[in-house]
Amino acid sequence: MGEPKFRRVWLGAALAALVFALSGCAGDAPQDFLNHPEGPYAREADSIWDITFFIAVAIFVLVEGLLVFTLVRFRHKPGRQAQDFHGNTRLEIALTLVPTIILAGLAVPTIQTLFDVSREPEGALQVTVTAKQFWWEYEYPDLGVITANEMHIPEDVPVFVRIESDDVIHSFWVPRLAGTQDAVPGRTNTLLLQADEPDQEYLGQCKEFCGLSHANMRLKVFTHTQADFEEWAADQAADAAPATGAAAEGEQIFLEAGCVNCHAIRGTEAAGATAPDLTHFGSRTTFAGAIFDNTEKDLAVWLRDPPAVKPGALMPDYGLTEDQIQSLVTYLMSLE
Amino acid sequence: MAMAGTVARRGLFARPTAKTGVWGWMTTVDHKKIGILYGVTAFVFFLIGGLEAIFIRLQLAGPNGKILDAELYNQFFTMHGLTMIFLVVMPMGVALMNFMIPLMIGARDVAFPRLNAFSYWVFLLGGLFLYSSFFLGGAPDGGWFGYAPLSTTLETQGMTFYSLGLQILGIASLAGAVNFIVTIVNMRAPGMTMMRLPVFIWMSLVTSFLLLFAMPVIAVALFQLMFDRVFDANFFRLSAGGDPILWQHLFWLFGHPEVYIMILPAMGIVSDVLPTFARKPLFGYAALVFAGIAIGVMGWGVWAHHMFAVGLGPVANSAFALSTMFIAVPTGVKIFNWLGTLWGGDIRFKPPLLFALGFVSMFIIGGLSGVTHAIVPSDAQQTDTYYIVAHFHYVLFGGAIFGLFAGLYYWWPKFFGRMLGDGIGKLHFWLMFIGFNLTFGPMHILGLQGQPRRTYTYPEGMGWDVWNFVETIGAFVIGLSALTFLVNVVASRRRGQEAGADPWDGRTLEWSISSPPPEHNFDEIPVVRDRDDFWHRKYRENVPAGEPAPVIAGGAGDHGHIHLPSPSYFPLLAAIGIPIAAYGVVLIGREVGGGPIVIAAGLLLTLLSVFGWAIEPGTEE
Amino acid sequence: MGTHEVAADHHTSTGLDNTKLAMWGFLGSECLFFGSLISTYLLYRNRVLSGPTPHEIYDIPYTSVSSFVLLMSSLTMVLALAAIQRGDHRGLRVWLLATAFLGMTFIGGQIYEFTTFVEEGLKLQTSTFGSSFFVLTGFHGAHVTVGILMLLMLVGMSLAGRLDPVSEGSRKVELIGLYWHFVDIVWIVIFMIVYLVPTN
Repeated sequence: MGEPKFRRVWLGAALAALVFALSGCAGDAPQDFLNHPEGPYAREADSIWDITFFIAVAIFVLVEGLLVFTLVRFRHKPGRQAQDFHGNTRLEIALTLVPTIILAGLAVPTIQTLFDVSREPEGALQVTVTAKQFWWEYEYPDLGVITANEMHIPEDVPVFVRIESDDVIHSFWVPRLAGTQDAVPGRTNTLLLQADEPDQEYLGQCKEFCGLSHANMRLKVFTHTQADFEEWAADQAADAAPATGAAAEGEQIFLEAGCVNCHAIRGTEAAGATAPDLTHFGSRTTFAGAIFDNTEKDLAVWLRDPPAVKPGALMPDYGLTEDQIQSLVTYLMSLE
Repeated sequence: MAMAGTVARRGLFARPTAKTGVWGWMTTVDHKKIGILYGVTAFVFFLIGGLEAIFIRLQLAGPNGKILDAELYNQFFTMHGLTMIFLVVMPMGVALMNFMIPLMIGARDVAFPRLNAFSYWVFLLGGLFLYSSFFLGGAPDGGWFGYAPLSTTLETQGMTFYSLGLQILGIASLAGAVNFIVTIVNMRAPGMTMMRLPVFIWMSLVTSFLLLFAMPVIAVALFQLMFDRVFDANFFRLSAGGDPILWQHLFWLFGHPEVYIMILPAMGIVSDVLPTFARKPLFGYAALVFAGIAIGVMGWGVWAHHMFAVGLGPVANSAFALSTMFIAVPTGVKIFNWLGTLWGGDIRFKPPLLFALGFVSMFIIGGLSGVTHAIVPSDAQQTDTYYIVAHFHYVLFGGAIFGLFAGLYYWWPKFFGRMLGDGIGKLHFWLMFIGFNLTFGPMHILGLQGQPRRTYTYPEGMGWDVWNFVETIGAFVIGLSALTFLVNVVASRRRGQEAGADPWDGRTLEWSISSPPPEHNFDEIPVVRDRDDFWHRKYRENVPAGEPAPVIAGGAGDHGHIHLPSPSYFPLLAAIGIPIAAYGVVLIGREVGGGPIVIAAGLLLTLLSVFGWAIEPGTEE
Repeated sequence: MGTHEVAADHHTSTGLDNTKLAMWGFLGSECLFFGSLISTYLLYRNRVLSGPTPHEIYDIPYTSVSSFVLLMSSLTMVLALAAIQRGDHRGLRVWLLATAFLGMTFIGGQIYEFTTFVEEGLKLQTSTFGSSFFVLTGFHGAHVTVGILMLLMLVGMSLAGRLDPVSEGSRKVELIGLYWHFVDIVWIVIFMIVYLVPTN
């Protein structure tokens, strides 16, 4: 009934404040965008967040503080009489106008930023992202590059991303570089990305629920200096080098086991279009929607039974023998 | 157990007469009993939905969880959302509306008592239908929002149950909405003008109008989904030019008013609880009423704020950003008015007030985070992360659920004639308050640290482990609080303090009759002279509009002869036909034969029952 | 229907009968229902990736005739209400049956039109146009059918003396009349938007 309650209230409030303060020190979160905008478009979104958040916190402190104060000041005590007023029209009007003005103030930069981040700038690098269950295909139409799951971009260059989908709605998201846009089948959405620093690795993932392995549809973005990027692009655009030695055996298996129905490796007869392009598979750091490291061990596990390790994966279990798997691993890893 | 007796009949069959026992409950048309049925059912679903949440939290307590596999997880998070929205918050609101509306406006029952019973049975059967999917091939697994074309192409069968189950529940809601609108508009006691109605009644009216106009939109969307899945239609079929965004527009045109449907009754409850426990009139009654109406109307203009990342274009996004920001204004008005109600009061911290304060304090947070979502470029980061999950749990749990519990604790004595325990009530509140904040507070942080929604697992090294673990602890604390409530209920029934008519020194009409009320509610329909009429009769306060109101044309009060609506089988029978027909559609979808006959049988049962209902009189003399 | 204890004996706060208020509320809801279906149709009627287009398949003169039939049924409905209001039960039944008959003719016409369309290659599954057309007009037809059943029920009630006193009977007939007119108006809207407004 009386005082202990309020000690508890203050304690609770202090605890909550501590919790939120600690949030800043929660350790490295690679998809944290709040404290790490790493490009101009991410920064635009972040700066308007900063204003809004500040205002929201101020209002929170004011209103909740007023609430707590009211509860303490007017709690029942013997002899207290409640006052008998019904309202205050001037106060009502003021309390309607003030929030309206604050919101109108917020609306202006909101709409400005909104338009800013949607205008395609001059000289943007063109990339088309096609989202599929449960991986990402990237095509650089001007550079002749097709790759999967790991996007490479040069520093300080705006990247104009066209986002499409082959099956259901997905959402392309690299938190430290930009907000999301959905990948909606039947239409093309666009997004602007730009990174400040070269030689960085940014994590991202699909943000729109898309089925069993929505959680497993991740991606990476690598940034480079302009020179390094051009080198990368040239390498990627080239056909695969002919397989030699131990890899040749794997190439045979690849071409005969049915992989070509879905996968493409430029420079061979494999020209499937529904699964990731594997021409330079060996140059990637991850695979299967960036959920596995590109190591011999993980690749072998995958080849043994894809749906078992990635629910809903469209790549079936081909019933390969261990020898076949080892050969394939050798071959695929050779595709630098 | 009383058996159905025979009575002079004008209907097809002998009318049931039982007022007690199982048969009594199954044929009741008494709004008070129906309110209790709704409340008990909603609470059971609350526990089930809570269990689903516990499993979700167990799965997410650490990286690479193994408690639920991807398929089960998708079913659990879908059903958790569907359950909490359609089987808990909405029906619990209806439970309170059912019991309280006639009592607060001075009526003997609702306008259409059998329709009322029908609404309940359809709700119960709809919920059971939806849950039967767990045993018939798997529950819906495409999210409660069912975005096409995922929802139309999922080969698991759950989304067919989704399209039919929600349709059934929609029928219950629509019938209830019509009933409450007519009751509130047309059955007020003499002198009870619209501006003398308790705010809970006003909010129930606005909610009912929202239901009336929002349910048909989702009904169309669900029919289209069903036709695509079961009959190979093309509404969302990509190869035929079907547009997935059509689904989203229809869904959110319903979906946004839906969230106001969930919050307005709770806001109404808070508006009636605060004055009672501050012992002073509501601050700014007219402003609160108009703010509620404004929220209801403006709520139709914000739907695409759920679609900011869909690619509608900067112009559309700007328009919806503006409308979303401005709907915060009437909401703010309400919060200020509640503060004004407490200010200068003589505040007594009973459980109903604690829960109402929980509502206000948590809704402020949820409302503020909501405004941050309106900032479109920032929302592009926030959307589909746990930051959004935090927002809507703050408004729907911190808001609606806390508000509904405030109503339960407040009106429990009226329903059952006994108080809920004070001490246990406070324990319940604090456990729930702490557990809730522990579970959903950190979600703000996790969202901003990049954890997306609707993911059955997350890898190590994302920096999300600690807060996820904390949230799981919080979920168990919430579970404990729910059990505390159950203990309180049981203890109250066994040895709860007897309540009397007016345990809280209340202000509104319902406290002028006994607890629990007699079947006919009021011995004599009161003549209302003022807002908070009961309070003024008790305390003769000097109020501006103190003169007796002219008696309104219409509600002339009783003629001394109380006739009450008689029990009936037909609402239950008519309700049963509907899920039967739905199972018929499921059969067609699975191509196992017999579907059309089952549909016909279900529809025939409903048709004949409605026919019988139509020709039996409302009251058997 | 059976709520006489509130509607007849007690006055209402607005002076309007409860069931009439309920019917208006329900019809308001139905506006949104048909509005959503019509919006879907408007989105999809020009997306015909396979099968016949609206222009190719509609038979405007034919549909005009069936629309006229439905329109006339609203007239007979008005006459039915006028009959019961002056206590003429026989007249009521004649005009109710006429309304039901015209409604059945309309439905028959719809069924014929649908089967013709199917023969000419337009099914629910053919295209987005096919899906949205059949679902829209199909739901409308279902509403007309329910209306016909209610009209026949009124005829039965009249024969069984259940529409006495005249004030009670008028109320019930007026209620069904409201519904019937609404369904007719919806058809006017559908006819104009679906059939008459030219497509690409």
